[in-house]
Amino acid sequence: MVKIGKSINIKGEVCPFTFVKSKLAIEQIGSGQVLEVILNNKEAIENIPRSMNDEGHKVLEVKKINGTDWKILIKKK
Amino acid sequence: MAEDLGFNDEQIRRYARHIVMPEIGGKGQKKINKAKVLCVGAGGLGSPIAIYLAAAGVGTIGIIDMDKVDVSNLQRQILHSHKDVDKLKVESAKETLEALNPDVKVITYAEKLTSKNVKKIIKDYDVVVDGCDNFATRYLVNDACYFDKKPNVYGSVFRFEGRATVFIPDDGPCYRCLHPFPPPPGEIPSCQEAGVLGVLPGLIGLIQATETLKFILGLGKSLKGRLLLYDALDMSFKEVKLKKDPNCPLCGKNPKIKELIDYEHFCSGV
Repeated sequence: MVKIGKSINIKGEVCPFTFVKSKLAIEQIGSGQVLEVILNNKEAIENIPRSMNDEGHKVLEVKKINGTDWKILIKKK
Repeated sequence: MAEDLGFNDEQIRRYARHIVMPEIGGKGQKKINKAKVLCVGAGGLGSPIAIYLAAAGVGTIGIIDMDKVDVSNLQRQILHSHKDVDKLKVESAKETLEALNPDVKVITYAEKLTSKNVKKIIKDYDVVVDGCDNFATRYLVNDACYFDKKPNVYGSVFRFEGRATVFIPDDGPCYRCLHPFPPPPGEIPSCQEAGVLGVLPGLIGLIQATETLKFILGLGKSLKGRLLLYDALDMSFKEVKLKKDPNCPLCGKNPKIKELIDYEHFCSGV
Protein backbone atom coordinates (compact mmCIF):
# COMPACT_ATOMS: atom_id res chain seq x y z
CA MET A 1 0.00 0.00 0.00
CA VAL A 2 1.42 3.36 -1.05
CA LYS A 3 1.54 6.00 1.67
CA ILE A 4 -0.13 9.21 0.46
CA GLY A 5 1.67 12.45 1.43
CA LYS A 6 -1.05 14.73 0.13
CA SER A 7 -4.37 14.28 -1.63
CA ILE A 8 -6.29 16.78 -3.74
CA ASN A 9 -9.72 16.59 -5.30
CA ILE A 10 -9.90 18.58 -8.52
CA LYS A 11 -13.19 17.22 -9.85
CA GLY A 12 -14.90 19.82 -12.00
CA GLU A 13 -11.63 21.62 -12.73
CA VAL A 14 -10.58 22.10 -16.37
CA CYS A 15 -7.24 22.30 -18.20
CA PRO A 16 -4.78 23.89 -17.58
CA PHE A 17 -5.87 24.42 -13.98
CA THR A 18 -6.03 20.67 -13.40
CA PHE A 19 -2.27 20.58 -13.92
CA VAL A 20 -1.62 23.93 -12.20
CA LYS A 21 -3.33 22.69 -9.03
CA SER A 22 -1.56 19.31 -9.19
CA LYS A 23 1.77 21.04 -9.68
CA LEU A 24 1.20 23.39 -6.75
CA ALA A 25 0.25 20.40 -4.60
CA ILE A 26 3.38 18.41 -5.50
CA GLU A 27 5.55 21.46 -4.78
CA GLN A 28 4.23 21.35 -1.24
CA ILE A 29 5.30 17.79 -0.41
CA GLY A 30 8.78 16.47 0.18
CA SER A 31 10.95 14.51 -2.22
CA GLY A 32 9.88 10.87 -2.44
CA GLN A 33 6.41 11.57 -1.06
CA VAL A 34 3.30 10.63 -3.04
CA LEU A 35 0.57 12.97 -4.27
CA GLU A 36 -2.90 11.59 -4.90
CA VAL A 37 -5.04 13.46 -7.43
CA ILE A 38 -8.76 12.70 -7.75
CA LEU A 39 -10.25 14.05 -10.97
CA ASN A 40 -12.92 13.57 -13.62
CA ASN A 41 -11.57 15.64 -16.52
CA LYS A 42 -10.83 13.28 -19.40
CA GLU A 43 -8.06 15.35 -21.00
CA ALA A 44 -6.30 15.82 -17.68
CA ILE A 45 -6.17 12.05 -17.10
CA GLU A 46 -3.63 11.94 -19.92
CA ASN A 47 -2.12 15.41 -19.61
CA ILE A 48 -1.27 15.43 -15.90
CA PRO A 49 0.78 12.19 -15.98
CA ARG A 50 2.61 13.37 -19.10
CA SER A 51 3.51 16.77 -17.64
CA MET A 52 4.49 15.24 -14.30
CA ASN A 53 6.79 12.82 -16.13
CA ASP A 54 8.27 15.75 -18.08
CA GLU A 55 9.07 17.46 -14.79
CA GLY A 56 10.89 14.34 -13.60
CA HIS A 57 8.30 12.96 -11.16
CA LYS A 58 7.23 9.32 -11.27
CA VAL A 59 3.63 8.46 -12.07
CA LEU A 60 2.86 5.35 -10.00
CA GLU A 61 -0.75 4.78 -10.95
CA VAL A 62 -3.60 6.06 -13.12
CA LYS A 63 -6.81 4.25 -12.17
CA LYS A 64 -10.54 4.59 -12.66
CA ILE A 65 -12.12 4.47 -9.22
CA ASN A 66 -15.84 4.68 -10.07
CA GLY A 67 -18.18 5.55 -12.93
CA THR A 68 -16.85 9.09 -13.34
CA ASP A 69 -13.68 9.58 -11.31
CA TRP A 70 -10.02 8.72 -11.69
CA LYS A 71 -7.10 8.59 -9.32
CA ILE A 72 -3.51 9.47 -10.20
CA LEU A 73 -0.63 8.72 -7.85
CA ILE A 74 2.60 10.64 -8.43
CA LYS A 75 5.86 10.22 -6.52
CA LYS A 76 7.80 13.48 -6.21
CA LYS A 77 11.34 13.43 -7.55
CA MET B 1 8.06 19.44 3.94
CA ALA B 2 8.04 22.21 1.42
CA GLU B 3 6.46 25.56 2.32
CA ASP B 4 2.74 26.13 2.08
CA LEU B 5 2.42 28.16 -1.08
CA GLY B 6 -1.02 29.46 -0.06
CA PHE B 7 -2.43 30.78 -3.33
CA ASN B 8 -6.15 31.49 -3.42
CA ASP B 9 -8.21 30.25 -6.34
CA GLU B 10 -8.05 33.55 -8.21
CA GLN B 11 -4.27 33.67 -7.80
CA ILE B 12 -3.93 30.12 -9.11
CA ARG B 13 -5.78 31.23 -12.23
CA ARG B 14 -4.08 34.61 -12.52
CA TYR B 15 -0.58 33.13 -12.35
CA ALA B 16 -1.31 29.78 -14.04
CA ARG B 17 0.91 30.52 -17.03
CA HIS B 18 3.83 31.16 -14.71
CA ILE B 19 3.11 28.25 -12.40
CA VAL B 20 3.00 25.68 -15.22
CA MET B 21 6.55 26.48 -16.27
CA PRO B 22 9.09 24.17 -14.60
CA GLU B 23 11.53 27.09 -14.21
CA ILE B 24 9.01 29.14 -12.26
CA GLY B 25 6.34 26.99 -10.59
CA GLY B 26 4.50 27.99 -7.46
CA LYS B 27 7.76 28.73 -5.65
CA GLY B 28 8.95 31.11 -8.35
CA GLN B 29 5.58 32.84 -8.39
CA LYS B 30 5.84 33.28 -4.62
CA LYS B 31 9.23 34.95 -5.12
CA ILE B 32 7.59 37.36 -7.56
CA ASN B 33 4.73 38.01 -5.13
CA LYS B 34 7.19 38.80 -2.34
CA ALA B 35 9.46 41.01 -4.48
CA LYS B 36 9.73 44.76 -4.02
CA VAL B 37 10.62 46.80 -7.07
CA LEU B 38 11.12 50.55 -7.31
CA CYS B 39 10.29 52.18 -10.66
CA VAL B 40 12.05 55.49 -11.09
CA GLY B 41 9.70 57.42 -13.33
CA ALA B 42 6.09 56.79 -14.37
CA GLY B 43 6.61 57.85 -17.96
CA GLY B 44 7.41 56.12 -21.24
CA LEU B 45 9.66 53.44 -19.75
CA GLY B 46 7.99 53.30 -16.35
CA SER B 47 4.61 52.55 -17.93
CA PRO B 48 5.35 49.15 -19.49
CA ILE B 49 7.72 48.28 -16.65
CA ALA B 50 5.13 48.89 -13.93
CA ILE B 51 2.19 47.47 -15.87
CA TYR B 52 3.86 44.16 -16.72
CA LEU B 53 5.47 43.78 -13.30
CA ALA B 54 2.06 44.35 -11.73
CA ALA B 55 0.51 41.81 -14.09
CA ALA B 56 3.24 39.33 -13.17
CA GLY B 57 2.33 39.82 -9.53
CA VAL B 58 5.30 41.74 -8.13
CA GLY B 59 4.05 42.25 -4.59
CA THR B 60 5.27 45.77 -3.94
CA ILE B 61 5.84 48.35 -6.65
CA GLY B 62 7.19 51.75 -5.64
CA ILE B 63 6.85 54.58 -8.14
CA ILE B 64 8.57 57.92 -7.90
CA ASP B 65 7.65 60.78 -10.21
CA MET B 66 6.89 64.41 -9.42
CA ASP B 67 5.17 65.25 -12.71
CA LYS B 68 1.53 65.56 -13.64
CA VAL B 69 0.06 63.84 -16.67
CA ASP B 70 0.23 66.03 -19.77
CA VAL B 71 -1.65 65.25 -22.96
CA SER B 72 1.72 65.09 -24.78
CA ASN B 73 2.62 62.07 -22.61
CA LEU B 74 -0.21 59.93 -23.90
CA GLN B 75 1.50 59.08 -27.19
CA ARG B 76 3.63 56.55 -25.24
CA GLN B 77 2.91 56.58 -21.49
CA ILE B 78 0.31 53.83 -21.33
CA LEU B 79 -0.12 53.98 -17.55
CA HIS B 80 -2.15 57.13 -18.09
CA SER B 81 -5.33 57.93 -20.00
CA HIS B 82 -7.01 61.02 -21.33
CA LYS B 83 -9.08 61.25 -18.15
CA ASP B 84 -5.85 61.48 -16.09
CA VAL B 85 -4.52 64.70 -17.64
CA ASP B 86 -3.41 67.10 -14.86
CA LYS B 87 -3.46 64.29 -12.28
CA LEU B 88 -0.21 63.35 -10.54
CA LYS B 89 1.43 60.59 -12.57
CA VAL B 90 1.98 58.46 -9.49
CA GLU B 91 -1.72 58.67 -8.62
CA SER B 92 -2.77 57.76 -12.13
CA ALA B 93 -0.23 54.91 -12.10
CA LYS B 94 -1.49 53.58 -8.78
CA GLU B 95 -5.06 53.50 -10.08
CA THR B 96 -4.04 51.68 -13.27
CA LEU B 97 -1.92 49.10 -11.47
CA GLU B 98 -4.38 48.38 -8.68
CA ALA B 99 -7.17 47.97 -11.22
CA LEU B 100 -5.01 45.46 -13.09
CA ASN B 101 -3.98 43.37 -10.09
CA PRO B 102 -5.33 43.77 -6.56
CA ASP B 103 -2.45 41.62 -5.24
CA VAL B 104 -0.02 44.47 -5.85
CA LYS B 105 0.77 47.07 -3.21
CA VAL B 106 1.66 50.34 -4.94
CA ILE B 107 3.68 52.87 -2.97
CA THR B 108 3.85 56.33 -4.49
CA TYR B 109 6.38 59.13 -4.11
CA ALA B 110 5.23 62.38 -5.73
CA GLU B 111 8.59 64.00 -5.33
CA LYS B 112 11.86 64.64 -7.08
CA LEU B 113 14.56 62.09 -6.38
CA THR B 114 17.48 63.87 -4.70
CA SER B 115 20.57 63.07 -2.68
CA LYS B 116 18.48 63.81 0.41
CA ASN B 117 15.68 61.28 -0.13
CA VAL B 118 17.13 58.61 -2.43
CA LYS B 119 18.73 56.47 0.26
CA LYS B 120 15.59 56.35 2.35
CA ILE B 121 13.43 55.51 -0.66
CA ILE B 122 15.51 52.73 -2.23
CA LYS B 123 16.42 50.96 1.00
CA ASP B 124 13.19 48.95 1.12
CA TYR B 125 13.43 47.60 -2.43
CA ASP B 126 15.09 44.50 -3.90
CA VAL B 127 15.56 45.99 -7.37
CA VAL B 128 15.60 49.53 -8.77
CA VAL B 129 14.43 50.00 -12.36
CA ASP B 130 15.58 53.24 -13.90
CA GLY B 131 13.00 54.65 -16.28
CA CYS B 132 14.00 58.28 -15.84
CA ASP B 133 14.45 60.82 -18.61
CA ASN B 134 17.33 62.97 -17.34
CA PHE B 135 20.99 62.74 -16.44
CA ALA B 136 20.70 64.16 -12.92
CA THR B 137 18.38 61.33 -11.87
CA ARG B 138 20.26 58.68 -13.84
CA TYR B 139 23.57 59.45 -12.10
CA LEU B 140 21.86 59.74 -8.74
CA VAL B 141 20.16 56.35 -9.18
CA ASN B 142 23.41 54.78 -10.33
CA ASP B 143 25.41 56.15 -7.42
CA ALA B 144 22.77 55.42 -4.79
CA CYS B 145 22.34 51.85 -6.06
CA TYR B 146 26.11 51.36 -5.98
CA PHE B 147 26.43 52.68 -2.42
CA ASP B 148 23.44 50.66 -1.19
CA LYS B 149 24.27 47.53 -3.24
CA LYS B 150 21.00 47.43 -5.15
CA PRO B 151 20.70 46.05 -8.68
CA ASN B 152 19.91 48.84 -11.14
CA VAL B 153 18.06 47.89 -14.31
CA TYR B 154 18.84 50.62 -16.81
CA GLY B 155 17.06 51.69 -19.98
CA SER B 156 16.90 54.78 -22.14
CA VAL B 157 15.26 55.87 -25.37
CA PHE B 158 16.01 58.52 -27.95
CA ARG B 159 14.17 59.04 -31.25
CA PHE B 160 14.25 55.54 -32.84
CA GLU B 161 16.95 54.03 -30.62
CA GLY B 162 16.99 52.48 -27.20
CA ARG B 163 19.51 50.94 -24.81
CA ALA B 164 19.28 48.64 -21.86
CA THR B 165 21.58 46.88 -19.43
CA VAL B 166 21.80 45.76 -15.80
CA PHE B 167 24.22 47.13 -13.24
CA ILE B 168 24.99 44.88 -10.26
CA PRO B 169 27.17 46.64 -7.65
CA ASP B 170 30.66 45.12 -7.31
CA ASP B 171 29.79 42.56 -9.98
CA GLY B 172 30.40 44.19 -13.33
CA PRO B 173 30.36 47.78 -14.48
CA CYS B 174 28.21 50.69 -13.30
CA TYR B 175 26.81 53.53 -15.41
CA ARG B 176 29.86 55.68 -14.65
CA CYS B 177 32.13 52.99 -16.13
CA LEU B 178 30.42 53.89 -19.44
CA HIS B 179 30.00 57.60 -18.91
CA PRO B 180 32.08 58.82 -15.94
CA PHE B 181 30.39 62.22 -15.75
CA PRO B 182 27.28 63.85 -17.23
CA PRO B 183 27.76 65.81 -20.45
CA PRO B 184 27.52 69.58 -20.22
CA PRO B 185 23.91 70.75 -20.80
CA GLY B 186 24.64 72.29 -24.23
CA GLU B 187 26.10 69.08 -25.69
CA ILE B 188 23.03 66.93 -25.76
CA PRO B 189 19.75 67.41 -27.57
CA SER B 190 17.13 69.27 -25.58
CA CYS B 191 13.77 67.59 -25.13
CA GLN B 192 12.20 69.66 -27.89
CA GLU B 193 14.78 68.29 -30.32
CA ALA B 194 14.60 64.78 -28.99
CA GLY B 195 11.39 63.14 -30.10
CA VAL B 196 10.72 59.50 -29.45
CA LEU B 197 8.76 56.96 -31.43
CA GLY B 198 5.79 56.18 -29.19
CA VAL B 199 6.26 52.41 -29.18
CA LEU B 200 10.00 52.54 -28.47
CA PRO B 201 9.85 52.89 -24.66
CA GLY B 202 7.38 49.99 -24.71
CA LEU B 203 10.03 47.69 -26.10
CA ILE B 204 12.93 48.96 -23.98
CA GLY B 205 10.77 49.06 -20.84
CA LEU B 206 9.82 45.44 -21.37
CA ILE B 207 13.46 44.45 -21.68
CA GLN B 208 13.93 46.11 -18.28
CA ALA B 209 10.86 44.35 -16.88
CA THR B 210 12.14 41.03 -18.23
CA GLU B 211 15.55 41.52 -16.62
CA THR B 212 13.82 42.44 -13.36
CA LEU B 213 11.76 39.25 -13.34
CA LYS B 214 14.81 37.16 -14.24
CA PHE B 215 16.69 38.72 -11.34
CA ILE B 216 13.84 38.02 -8.92
CA LEU B 217 13.60 34.42 -10.12
CA GLY B 218 17.35 33.87 -10.42
CA LEU B 219 16.86 32.65 -13.98
CA GLY B 220 18.88 32.88 -17.17
CA LYS B 221 21.75 35.11 -18.17
CA SER B 222 21.32 38.76 -17.26
CA LEU B 223 22.30 41.79 -19.33
CA LYS B 224 24.98 42.53 -16.72
CA GLY B 225 28.15 43.52 -18.56
CA ARG B 226 26.31 43.78 -21.89
CA LEU B 227 24.74 46.91 -23.32
CA LEU B 228 21.86 46.04 -25.62
CA LEU B 229 21.31 48.59 -28.38
CA TYR B 230 18.07 48.61 -30.32
CA ASP B 231 17.44 50.43 -33.58
CA ALA B 232 13.76 50.57 -34.48
CA LEU B 233 14.34 51.83 -38.04
CA ASP B 234 16.71 48.95 -38.77
CA MET B 235 14.71 46.63 -36.55
CA SER B 236 18.01 45.34 -35.21
CA PHE B 237 19.66 44.63 -31.89
CA LYS B 238 23.36 44.97 -31.20
CA GLU B 239 25.27 44.06 -28.12
CA VAL B 240 28.33 45.80 -26.73
CA LYS B 241 30.41 44.14 -24.02
CA LEU B 242 30.80 46.38 -21.01
CA LYS B 243 33.76 46.12 -18.71
CA LYS B 244 34.20 47.49 -15.25
CA ASP B 245 36.52 50.50 -15.53
CA PRO B 246 39.32 50.27 -12.94
CA ASN B 247 39.48 54.08 -13.10
CA CYS B 248 35.73 54.54 -12.64
CA PRO B 249 35.19 57.57 -10.40
CA LEU B 250 32.54 55.62 -8.47
CA CYS B 251 33.33 51.89 -8.46
CA GLY B 252 37.01 51.95 -9.53
CA LYS B 253 40.09 51.24 -7.42
CA ASN B 254 40.51 54.80 -6.24
CA PRO B 255 37.04 56.26 -6.25
CA LYS B 256 36.70 60.02 -6.22
CA ILE B 257 32.96 60.02 -5.68
CA LYS B 258 32.20 59.13 -2.09
CA GLU B 259 28.86 60.81 -1.62
CA LEU B 260 25.72 61.47 -3.62
CA ILE B 261 25.70 64.39 -6.04
CA ASP B 262 22.73 66.46 -7.19
CA TYR B 263 23.54 67.51 -10.74
CA GLU B 264 21.65 70.40 -12.23
CA HIS B 265 18.42 69.23 -13.88
CA PHE B 266 18.36 70.18 -17.50
CA CYS B 267 15.97 69.50 -20.29
CA SER B 268 17.21 66.41 -22.09
CA GLY B 269 15.70 63.74 -24.22
CA VAL B 270 18.46 61.16 -23.93
